[in-house]
Amino acid sequence: MQSNVQQFPPFREPQSDHAHGDHGHAEHHEPNFWQKYIFSTDHKVIGIQYGFMALCFMLFGFGLMLLMRWQIAHPGVAVPLFGPLLAKVLGQPAAGGIISPELYNSFGAMHGTIMVFLGVVPLAFAAFGNYVVPLMIGAPDMTFPRINMASFHAFFLGGVVMLVSFFIPGGAAQAGWTSYSPLATTIPTNGQAFWLVGMVLLITSSLLGAVNFIATIIQLRAPGMTWMRLPWFVWAQFVTAFILLLAFPPLEAAGVLQLMDNLAGTSFFLPTGLAVGGQLVDRSGGGSPLLWQHLFWFLGHPEVYVLILPAMGIVIEIIANNTRKPIWGYKSLVYSVLFVGFLSFIVWAHHMYLTGMGQKIATFFQATTMIISIPSVIILTCMFLSLWGGSIRINTPMLFALGFLPMFGIGGLTGLPLGLAAADLYLHDTYYIIAHFHYVVAPGTIFALFAGVYFWFPKMTGRKMNEFWGRVHFWCSLAFMNIVFMPMFAQGIKGMLRRMSDGAVNYSAARVPNAIDALPGSVMQLNGVILWAAICLGIAQIPFIINLFWSISHGEKVGDNPWRATTLDWQTPTPPPHGNFAHEPHVVRGPYEYSAPNHATDFTPQDEPESSSAPLNPNAHH
Amino acid sequence: MSESEKPVSLQSTLRLCAVVFFVILCATSGMIATSFAHIGEGWTLKVALILCIAVVNAFFVAGYLMHLLSEKKLIFTVLIFTVFFFAGLMGLTMWAMNDFPTGTAVH
Amino acid sequence: MEIPYTVQARPDTGLYNAKLGIWLFLASEVMLFGGLFSAYVLLRVGAEPGMWPHGWLNVTLGTVNTLLLALSAITTLLAWAACKVRDFTKFKIFHACTILLALTFLGIKSYEYHDKLIHYEIKLNNGTFADGHLVEKSADFDLAKKTGTVTLHGHIVTDEKELMDLRSPEAQAAKHEEVIVAATDIKSMGNYGPRHNTFTAIYFTLTGLHALHILGGTLVIFYFWAFGGAMWKTDPERFTNRIEVSGLFWHFVDLVWIFLFPVLYLT
Repeated sequence: MQSNVQQFPPFREPQSDHAHGDHGHAEHHEPNFWQKYIFSTDHKVIGIQYGFMALCFMLFGFGLMLLMRWQIAHPGVAVPLFGPLLAKVLGQPAAGGIISPELYNSFGAMHGTIMVFLGVVPLAFAAFGNYVVPLMIGAPDMTFPRINMASFHAFFLGGVVMLVSFFIPGGAAQAGWTSYSPLATTIPTNGQAFWLVGMVLLITSSLLGAVNFIATIIQLRAPGMTWMRLPWFVWAQFVTAFILLLAFPPLEAAGVLQLMDNLAGTSFFLPTGLAVGGQLVDRSGGGSPLLWQHLFWFLGHPEVYVLILPAMGIVIEIIANNTRKPIWGYKSLVYSVLFVGFLSFIVWAHHMYLTGMGQKIATFFQATTMIISIPSVIILTCMFLSLWGGSIRINTPMLFALGFLPMFGIGGLTGLPLGLAAADLYLHDTYYIIAHFHYVVAPGTIFALFAGVYFWFPKMTGRKMNEFWGRVHFWCSLAFMNIVFMPMFAQGIKGMLRRMSDGAVNYSAARVPNAIDALPGSVMQLNGVILWAAICLGIAQIPFIINLFWSISHGEKVGDNPWRATTLDWQTPTPPPHGNFAHEPHVVRGPYEYSAPNHATDFTPQDEPESSSAPLNPNAHH
Repeated sequence: MSESEKPVSLQSTLRLCAVVFFVILCATSGMIATSFAHIGEGWTLKVALILCIAVVNAFFVAGYLMHLLSEKKLIFTVLIFTVFFFAGLMGLTMWAMNDFPTGTAVH
Repeated sequence: MEIPYTVQARPDTGLYNAKLGIWLFLASEVMLFGGLFSAYVLLRVGAEPGMWPHGWLNVTLGTVNTLLLALSAITTLLAWAACKVRDFTKFKIFHACTILLALTFLGIKSYEYHDKLIHYEIKLNNGTFADGHLVEKSADFDLAKKTGTVTLHGHIVTDEKELMDLRSPEAQAAKHEEVIVAATDIKSMGNYGPRHNTFTAIYFTLTGLHALHILGGTLVIFYFWAFGGAMWKTDPERFTNRIEVSGLFWHFVDLVWIFLFPVLYLT
């Protein structure tokens, strides 16, 4: 590998066949398993590695959530089926198969961490970005293939550290995925230190990835691929990479500081006079718990856009492809995503209205929060308007993309009350907020990611996933997602607090009949409804898992461009070989040239020479 | 890489280095002198002065040793955004830490 | 397969890949140290009046380190210029200097750390404080069992605030001598390690992270210095670019120190 990398000629000679023909194959000896799948520098393999790992982590994170939902619906009752296993693997915290409050807390913290940092971000940004972006811009690979590999390995290590922390004495981190100090330092478990080390690894991975993505998009666009000819998915990934590049380091700094608090006994985030269990803590004090929150949310809020922008990019590509017409308002989309990226850095403290902020600063953050909803709405509006007048082709990816629109709409609009301090003070610590951001991320982002999996699967394997089971997967997921999350709005508005390991049973009318604000039985019963909907949601993923693996070898065989798409990722051989393109593509038009008048087909690939369409003109009689 | 376009000679680089080192030397002595001098009450004014000198010092290192001054617009743009977001991080955090709801008793 | 613009600049951006890459990485480093500097400012502003230390660090050593790093930044630039004019011998000499300067920097830094770690503040049962560098602990010294004595070179103060501003005339006038403290008199005892107070905490964290950057940069430069000959022969242009890129990182590390020095040593 070493020698290959170093012998690159300074320029890629345009249209040099020998690079991919004789020279390429003659010098490559067949890579063994390790070189091919573990230490690969090929962006496509790395993308699939990320995707596979991320899907596994998401399944694991979902499993944690099912256990938590059981505990919420049936507090203190042993978990059926998995209870003995839990007791055996985790010991005391799961004694008798019952989830203790401490275990519930670590499941909660790790569910959030795993879903965000090990599931959705790696899948949306790293997996789809790695696989699709170089193909879309006509590049042979990422700019820094070995850094790309290192990025995946850092991610993998970070994941391992996170998982290992479940099995140490005291168990995994218990202070929530936000790890607020001083709680994160005073809970007696080293799980928090593991969490921080894992986060530093994951952040390093993201930073390396972000540098690579930005450099690739700037440097390796094929000839003719001007900025305004980039597919919008690439724009979304570009902005996402910048967000990761500049917002993640402050959290890394905060992580180092909290690691010092936990291991070296410093007091960066511990105030003077801190007492735990009635005992004055033996620390110097003088630190600031709010500082952690600022540094955390400086990443935490842009992170929301890291979760959503790549998903929106996927949806745009699929909508353009399946409405068979240009996307509506390409330029508005581009400027909106740039504006969202910029503004996402100065809205973070709307997560902190409850911390006793002054009115002036709260007003500032309320204003920026309301402003940032404008470009988001523009993007969503462009998506809806793109449907207008299109001859819409319904298939599984399109179903998921269409499902994304109202689901993300619900998630986004229910966020507006949370952006205003007055409403947020009441709603902040309730299930309302859980419902809000899960609508954004679960039926929102994850639906878009499913759409992406179904959409690009034929490019990765040369086969389509089964359409019937894809539709079963979609309709069941859509139904159960809503049954899981919709009731939480009601619970939250009724005042049911989040983060309670007993499902708020101590605040129920059954337990405290005389309290006027006790939670009525109807609200409590929703816990059972949500549990069973979540279990059904889990079952609904089985067709997807089987379909995914079965289709690799048994799916319907398709050609290079089964969706009849315009972007460059579909103009390569399938699956794309090392180096991607048989000939360096020369881009001559924008990304969404569908149903162009006077063209023989209803799509015009970005790199199709103008001359080849000219002779067809006389045939078009209108 | 703008430097690659114009020829680099060891002599000219050496001259540049001598100038920059002289500036760093002056700036460092200036900072130390300010630090030990009696200027104003307390530390506020002195810290401000010292940081100003440090910024000048940094300007020379970044501008000449890292040849940022002759660098491409693209890199400049990235750095301007970075500095802006850094200012936002520090400034807004400071503001938030020092703004209390009306009626709060501040000790 | 070959990746374009690894050596030559892309015409429309004017940059080769690694140069853009390193600047992007440095942008993220600005935010990393930016976050830490923000933490420094907030801890300092939020400290109780009179409780933020001044003059705790040795300005002479700090100045020496500042100049060492400045010199190493210059030899780095010269090493790149030597590559540019295709003079590999001069490159070797200049970068040998860089590596030596960096190692000296780290040596001085570890001496300073050591000096802080043997500096103890002992809270006595009578409410006063014994403060100074550890001379020796008696063989039977055990704080928990209250046996033995500890000898410091320092002095005894009545108020902890007197230990904060070592630039003050009172602190300058204080006489430092050998102080022997019996374990039975000790209420609590701790060195000037990271947990001593928020100043030592941020001092060790900032300079420690900076030292890690120095170490990483030195390793990279050493790698090019020791094993770069092969690439120099086959592709000197690419090698020169690598020297430029690693040099940019090195200059950034110097830049961080330019702010660390006044912020920690001078104010």
